Amino acid sequence: MDKPNTDVIQGTLDMLILKTLSLEPMHGFGIARRIEQVSRGVFKVNPGSLLTALQRLERGGWLDAEWRRTQNSRRAKVYKLTRAGRKQLENETADWSRRTSAIARLLKAEG
Amino acid sequence: MSVWRQLARGLRVLANRRAADQDIADEVESYLEQATTALEASGLSPDEARRRARSELSNATAVREQVRSYGWENVIASALSDLRYAARRLRGNPGFTTISVLTLALGIGATTAIFSVIEGVLLKPLAYPESGQIVSLRHTAPGIHIDELNLAASLYFTYREENRVFQDVGMWRADSASVTGVGQPEEVPGLLVTNRFLAVLGVQPVLGRPFIASDEDTKSERAVILSDGYWKSHFGGDRSILGRRILLDGDAHAVIGVMPPSFQFMDRPVSLIVPLRLSRADIRLISFCCQGIARLKPGVTLVQAEADVTRMLAMAPAKFAVNPGFSSNVWATSRIAPRLLLLKDALVGDIGKTLWTLMATVGIVLLIACANVANLLLVRADGRRQELAVRAALGAGWGRIARELLLESLLLSVASGVLGLALAYAALRVLAASEVAHLPRIHEISIDPVVLAFTLGISLAAGLLFGLIPVFKYARPRLSNALGSGSRSVSQSKERHRARSLLVIVQVALAVVLLVGSGLMIRTFQALRNIDPGFSHAQELETLYISIPESQVPEPERVMRMEEEILRKIESIAGVSSVAMTSNLPMEGGQGDPVYAEDHPAHANTVPPIRTHKFVSPGYFSTIGARLIAGRDLTWTETYNQTPVALVSENMARELWHDPRAAIGKRIRPTLKDDWREVIGVVADLRDEGVDHKAPGIVYWPLLQKNFESSPTYVFRGVAFVIRTPRAGSLALLQDLQKAVGSVNSNLPLADVKTLGSVYDRSLARTSFTLVLLAIAGGMALLLGLIGIYGVISYSVSQRTREIGIRLALGAPLQNLTKMFVRYGLILSGVGVAFGLTGALGLTRLMKSVLYDVSPSDPLTYAGVSAGLVLAATLASYLPARRATKVDPVEALRAE
Repeated sequence: MDKPNTDVIQGTLDMLILKTLSLEPMHGFGIARRIEQVSRGVFKVNPGSLLTALQRLERGGWLDAEWRRTQNSRRAKVYKLTRAGRKQLENETADWSRRTSAIARLLKAEG
Repeated sequence: MSVWRQLARGLRVLANRRAADQDIADEVESYLEQATTALEASGLSPDEARRRARSELSNATAVREQVRSYGWENVIASALSDLRYAARRLRGNPGFTTISVLTLALGIGATTAIFSVIEGVLLKPLAYPESGQIVSLRHTAPGIHIDELNLAASLYFTYREENRVFQDVGMWRADSASVTGVGQPEEVPGLLVTNRFLAVLGVQPVLGRPFIASDEDTKSERAVILSDGYWKSHFGGDRSILGRRILLDGDAHAVIGVMPPSFQFMDRPVSLIVPLRLSRADIRLISFCCQGIARLKPGVTLVQAEADVTRMLAMAPAKFAVNPGFSSNVWATSRIAPRLLLLKDALVGDIGKTLWTLMATVGIVLLIACANVANLLLVRADGRRQELAVRAALGAGWGRIARELLLESLLLSVASGVLGLALAYAALRVLAASEVAHLPRIHEISIDPVVLAFTLGISLAAGLLFGLIPVFKYARPRLSNALGSGSRSVSQSKERHRARSLLVIVQVALAVVLLVGSGLMIRTFQALRNIDPGFSHAQELETLYISIPESQVPEPERVMRMEEEILRKIESIAGVSSVAMTSNLPMEGGQGDPVYAEDHPAHANTVPPIRTHKFVSPGYFSTIGARLIAGRDLTWTETYNQTPVALVSENMARELWHDPRAAIGKRIRPTLKDDWREVIGVVADLRDEGVDHKAPGIVYWPLLQKNFESSPTYVFRGVAFVIRTPRAGSLALLQDLQKAVGSVNSNLPLADVKTLGSVYDRSLARTSFTLVLLAIAGGMALLLGLIGIYGVISYSVSQRTREIGIRLALGAPLQNLTKMFVRYGLILSGVGVAFGLTGALGLTRLMKSVLYDVSPSDPLTYAGVSAGLVLAATLASYLPARRATKVDPVEALRAE
């Protein structure tokens, strides 16, 4: 029963996707695997949420998408960060660190 | 930018849903493949890898749906699919759809038609710039009992010179001129105006120049501005017309301008505009001749303007001398006061009350139509109760079900709105063509954007109104109830019935209100038809105007001779029994001036009451069919000898001398300076101001007189001929008349040819118009109400077949069953009638201004309507109730 919670913290999925794509263009599964690997298995991305988020981010203009052939010559939809997306990532990262440091301060207080 | 992106992507998805779906499916599939490959790489068997990948993705379809449901276009897509579903359901039941759409379209069409009349006549501003600043300069003179006084030339100059509130002041008079030298001689309608008249309206000629002050100078050359229509029809739109001279009443006028095609004024036919040439020095104080208009300075209110006019009225006697023959304090005793009106109100008059009455009427018809459709919808929704309950049980949100029911209603109402608009368009075409109503501004009535918005608005409102009733009844979450009390219950529960019964009661009540309204109009019409207007068989009286200009025949007596010569020629036309002449036809008024009676010496400070003055030839009264109450008619000898005689109307004789016979031999005159004239006859009263108005006091003078109203010899150059003949109104008669007049003088055009019957009908036009529309509305309401009762009873019979079967099986007599349903119909209509009568008592009070000689609570009308309606309702419930007797008990019990 005591399976550790691997859900992505609410409201951070967009940021994680943008961050992941800021390194290089990637397809959906690649993004999911990268998040899982880099977080060392702490976060597991639900494919449904991921694909919906990608749709939303693309609609919002943060991402561009195009169908490409991968190394193993399969077709995949590859996402790339746009300039607006990069800007958005900066905003969200700044916002996130402001909030985490606030939470850290709160948790430390009266420790 | 991202809004555009949202919009563009959304539209692309809407345009090609399948490609978008395919794209999502491909991505999910590709994700699955990547995941499988990755798992295989970590050492799993291909099958195991695929299984694990799938389970991680949980449910591919659900993921696709989740991704798919993102985006604004999906809200639209689902609404569209609901709409398609609603349309399919409506198509699936063509009977219901046709009846509902037709019923509603009638209601919406009637409402739209009346609204476009209201919009065109009452709401739309006049077609002049800043038309809200233009006022009509009317007056009233309570001191001499004159309600409506026009403008005097003396006041025109006073206002122009002294005002603080007007930008410009203008004066005008309708007139006509016989134009010779341009094709056939023709009597052409026109306006006589002061030079700033067009500036007050804010319009300019498109060709040439407007009038200037010097055009009014009696020494300058006469000028004329043509209307666009006259310019095109008579001069082929020739631009070199400027400077050409045309003959009006024999005088040369230089054409100085042409008005734009859009120019119109007070609904009058205007072909020519000619300056009023007034010489200020000759004008006397009492010189009421014309109508005044003025343009208020920006920001000035009517009240402020009236205050300024009151101030100026007191200044006039100092600026202008009193006419000879009038007492010097006539101005003060008349107590002239301003009665300014916006020009639009002056044009539209009091038609507003009639139109709003009609609007209320058609609004009621629309409500009844809505009630009918709501009833049908309830029946349909009732039939779907189980389906709806099952869907709710399977998880359909009741919001979703409500949306679906509502969408169906809105679709119905919008379709009806479109059809209603077509009906309204057709109705307006008929209205414009028939001119039954004699509506002001009738050519400005059209289906414009405001009307379109109105139609859309009432269509949606109607759809919501009748759509919400079944929604509240059936889309509520109480499924167990509906599922349980299914088809096998024996009789109908009261509750299921209540809404429909209520709707029928409302329908009947509204129908009663409309029928009472039409009943009252019928009684009004009857009362008016029964009034003796003061002439008889007006359909057989042909009338026409001829005027003999001074330039052709200068001497007054020769004018009279020529008029008699024309009269004799007309007399000899086949089928003509008698001919006479008058200055003003019955119901077309006459000069309003005081009349002094010798044995009623006027007090120094008062002016005797105003009477209508008409001038007539011998034989006039017998020709129009007016009775002589006492004395005798004029003779031709008296006319030519200019004998000082006159006739008066019966009411005037009674007022002055108590008995018509006592009037004979008494002496009267129009001003203090004139000769006395002996009363030789008394004529029956004439309803000169309309059948529904009191008969005014009238004096009839001979057409040729001496020492009358300060002129040595007085003759009427423009006279109306009244011709009694069964051929009245025919084209053949008109040709004979033209020949007869032409044989005397070929330069005299015939003007305003019509029958007196049409004048009489016009005086009843507003009543007939209201009556016809109310009767149509009442008939529609009655029909819809009866259909409502019929529908409820027959549905009730069909729903209670099993109950009837049981009753029959237990031996109930057939008549009892019929009675049971008829009684039910009677209760519904009885309650409806009761509510309707109460409503009518309140609402018909608003009709008071269009009624004549009948009280808004006329018992006869109320009783007649109630009895008729209950009778019709009995029939409407008997017909379906009879079907109950045809039920076969065995069949009924075995069914289902």
